[in-house]
Amino acid sequence: MPLIDAVLGDFFWRALIGGLGVALVAGPLGCFVVWRRMAYFGDTLAHSALLGIALSFLISVPINLGVIITCVVLAIALVLFSRSKTLATDTLLGILAHSALAIGLVTLSFMPDIRVDLTGLLFGDLLAMSRQDLLWIYGGAILILGLLTVLWRGLLMSTIHEELARVEGIPVERLRLALMLMFSIVIAVAMKIVGVLLITALLIIPAATARRLAHNPEHMVGLAIVFGFIAVAGGLSLSWHLDTPAGPSVVVTAFSAFLLVYGLARQVRT
Amino acid sequence: MTDEALVELKQLTVSFDDRTVVDHVDLRVRRGDIITIIGPNGAGKTTLIKAVLGIQPVSGGSLTMAPGLTIGYVPQHLTLETTLPISVRRFMLLSGRPQQECLTALAQTGVEHLFNASVHHLSGGEKQRLLLARALARRPDLLVLDEPAQGVDINGQAALYDLIRSLRDELNCGVIMISHDLHLVMAATDKVICLNQHVCCSGYPEDISHDPAFIETFGQPVAESLAVYHHRHNHSHDLHGDVVSDDHNDGQAECSHASH
Repeated sequence: MPLIDAVLGDFFWRALIGGLGVALVAGPLGCFVVWRRMAYFGDTLAHSALLGIALSFLISVPINLGVIITCVVLAIALVLFSRSKTLATDTLLGILAHSALAIGLVTLSFMPDIRVDLTGLLFGDLLAMSRQDLLWIYGGAILILGLLTVLWRGLLMSTIHEELARVEGIPVERLRLALMLMFSIVIAVAMKIVGVLLITALLIIPAATARRLAHNPEHMVGLAIVFGFIAVAGGLSLSWHLDTPAGPSVVVTAFSAFLLVYGLARQVRT
Repeated sequence: MTDEALVELKQLTVSFDDRTVVDHVDLRVRRGDIITIIGPNGAGKTTLIKAVLGIQPVSGGSLTMAPGLTIGYVPQHLTLETTLPISVRRFMLLSGRPQQECLTALAQTGVEHLFNASVHHLSGGEKQRLLLARALARRPDLLVLDEPAQGVDINGQAALYDLIRSLRDELNCGVIMISHDLHLVMAATDKVICLNQHVCCSGYPEDISHDPAFIETFGQPVAESLAVYHHRHNHSHDLHGDVVSDDHNDGQAECSHASH
């Protein structure tokens, strides 16, 4: 397999392949973020990723695994907290998002022996993608796409009308948990591409762009993946040619596509 | 067979913290029944039907369902996120039923021509009919409707209640619904349950508007207007015959009006 080896040996191609893998799952999950109004929730989970990284160093587990576990725990805590209704959800999310980020940064500062590229973690380090990263990305992508395929009808139905879904026997709570798990995985793997501060953008901008042109949920998912691909490929080229930071370049490209589509599609109403 | 209860509630109680919202309610629904729950705001109507639907945990009493019962639920609203594009076709197919059955259900509620339309473009009445079709596609034994006529204009409301009655006949299912449209309910339903945490009165529409508990809950003017309504209702049925029929409602209504 000399060709594959040559491709994977080149860091630009590794970055592109990894970025496309993330866009593949960010598309459908981003649609759920938009449909279920979870943008702020996604932000909170993403911010907690930094805490996950710090904890991974503390107990020496692989970073990706540490991030996934931290995100899942935080997601469950959020769901339980928000049920008690003592605080408005956005207040609760605001508290946890920034506290998790701050605790993560403070914890990392206690570990002077460990050299972490903080800028890379916060804003992405697409060009430093390793073969192992690719394994994580595609492993996660296969798992997420498999879960989405199996759970699709239930997830969509409980998004459209939760009570109706419950009456029809759809296990709404378990599906919510599955969705949290998928978010946690995508955050752990997308961290490399755009960094914890910009992950939500990679989730919601392509999905919001797709909404303008879509007339069915599946159609919107497909278009969100395409716009995700465009954002990754465009951002990477930008970064390559102009030496701009990779993560922000991806988000800028996604935003440009968003503006273009909404500008051009002004007359068309779907 | 027809006498067998689809759902039977015995002394059903639902409490939130220390507040009892549904207080020892007995209710029995059989095939062919149309039971309407009325009551002031906060009377526990929605909580009661959510308990019947199995999505509200019960604090006391018992709830027995016939084995293998399929419930069709028509929620109050279909409030779709504008960010979620969906066509009527896709929404119906999400019920898991084949396309032909979905089309039949849409035809039953008179909106099959909207099959390819976006759900976002439907009017309030069309959305209610879509939700009803969605429930029908499941071939329910029991149809549960939460204020089905909300957001529907007055002509549409009457048509919707007529439709629910004819569907009951067609499917031979039981129907439980919540309604605020007292006048329409009184004309369209078999049995009314007036709920105010507990069942304050129940029975046939003609009887219930004279019930002291009903008058206490809804006030004299409402009870009177219903009595007048029934009087008119009888007239419209008797139009070919004697217009000045011997109706005891008539005298009572006028009498109370005069003393008002």
